[in-house]
Amino acid sequence: MTKIFALAAVSCALMSSTALADGHCAAGKTLVDGKFTIATGNPAYYPWVMDDAPESGQGFEAAVAYAVAAEMGFAADDVVWVRSSFDEAIQPGAKNFDVNMQQYSITPERDEVVDFSLPYYSAPMAVLASPGAIDTAPTLAALKGLKWGAVGSTTAVSKLAEVVQPDSDLLLYGDNADVNAAMSANQIDAALFDLPTALFLSAVMIEGSKVIGQFAADAGDNLDQFGMLMEDGNPLKSCIDAAITSMNENGKLAAIEAEWLQNTTGVPLIK
Amino acid sequence: MANPNAAGSNVAGPNAAGMTRRERYEAQKRRRGMVVAAISTLFVVVALVVLVPMTPGWEKVQKSFFNGAVLAKSFPKLLEAFKINIMIFAWSAPAIAILGLLIALARDVKSPALFPLKIFGAVFTDVFRGVPVILTVYLIGFGIPGLGLPRPWNSPYIWGSLALILTYSAYVAEIFRSGIDSVHHSQRSAALSLGLSERQVMRDVVLPQAIRNVVPSQMNMLIALQKDVSLLSFIGPVEIFRQAGVFKSLLANFTPYVGAALIFLIVTIPATRYADYLMARQSRERR
Repeated sequence: MTKIFALAAVSCALMSSTALADGHCAAGKTLVDGKFTIATGNPAYYPWVMDDAPESGQGFEAAVAYAVAAEMGFAADDVVWVRSSFDEAIQPGAKNFDVNMQQYSITPERDEVVDFSLPYYSAPMAVLASPGAIDTAPTLAALKGLKWGAVGSTTAVSKLAEVVQPDSDLLLYGDNADVNAAMSANQIDAALFDLPTALFLSAVMIEGSKVIGQFAADAGDNLDQFGMLMEDGNPLKSCIDAAITSMNENGKLAAIEAEWLQNTTGVPLIK
Repeated sequence: MANPNAAGSNVAGPNAAGMTRRERYEAQKRRRGMVVAAISTLFVVVALVVLVPMTPGWEKVQKSFFNGAVLAKSFPKLLEAFKINIMIFAWSAPAIAILGLLIALARDVKSPALFPLKIFGAVFTDVFRGVPVILTVYLIGFGIPGLGLPRPWNSPYIWGSLALILTYSAYVAEIFRSGIDSVHHSQRSAALSLGLSERQVMRDVVLPQAIRNVVPSQMNMLIALQKDVSLLSFIGPVEIFRQAGVFKSLLANFTPYVGAALIFLIVTIPATRYADYLMARQSRERR
């Protein structure tokens, strides 16, 4: 198995040198030959995908997707979008996508079941406070006393349990919209999101709410790294990793980040 | 008559020669039936046990649905979370029984002055039986606290439970009503002619029989409620279904759902068997 994998990596490395000339490190490795099928959420959320229309290339993940596709030699027309959920991504059967991009945090447990590309974004976790709790000090001691909520399918849940250890029971929801509803109903004081999502929610969705703090990015597992998810053992992985590595080196990834994700400075660190 | 068989030659029964021809035929047929049932069961079991693991995807399916390590890791916490289900169930069930009975009685009022009550009962059952439970849970669980109630009165536990109570009492009311209708009209007339008031007739004559008649059907509602408590997970409470979902996301594995299903079965299978037993006993008594 590792032998095959190494072989694939080597052949891919060899091919990527020719890829610059005529295109396809990924030739014959995609779901549909000549097409690059990418899955996103249904709906896909701002600022990751604008207006739920990934085809436009607008929004951070949509832009990264097209840039990675271009790096691998696919024309923009050859990028096909499908919609999928996390459950579809981890189910054991055949997948209907080459890669799945929905702010999936890379964790060792998930990595056993599926493959992740190299991270295309690193997001610190941030605290979104409801209008009634925006004056809470950004300290762990003060945060413990709040009533917490989170989206149940995210790594925020384990982070809350391990780092914040709130005094009262967590309330968990299915998606961002339900967390909003609970916050509007004053059922929770604070919720944990990745920083861009938290900033978006406070600016656009929940009037009067505020991002009161972020967890230090260097605190080991507090850093959420988003990777493209693909089927375990997908031969495309080395091609995608090579594309992301080169985009990191030539600054393209940083440029896309600057274009689509808000300036995240100015949110105080939680002590 | 001294000899029951004398009534007709076709009546089966023991005689001096042992079994009748018909009894022998039936016994033979029964034996054959049992052999066929055993063979076909064996065939199906062998097919499942041998053939399923031979499918190309079995290893993967086993890893993501029947993963022992994941089950061991998640099971204690799932059991812990199941306590929340039991708690919500424990306070919802009596409330449903009471409200359901009241709605059924409201639909059965005879006095013209109380006609609005009758309309209310009909509208209530129509609305809450017609709307999907999850929609009611969302509407009441987020909507009413959104009106600006202070804590702890905006708790999702309270309003989520209310949503379950409203929906289930609509069903339960209909079952009670069918029970009330199943008591023959002559009993009411007889009781009234004895000088009992409408109220006494309902309380002392009709309801005791009606409730007894519908106990098995209501058991089924209890079992359904037991499972639907999980719908409250949509509005916040971390009960067993949500807890399993959290594990699923963290471990990228569906086994926690199988674990949750096992816990549900441990509770619902005995309850289902008990309901079956009650139903069988009832139909025996009626014969």
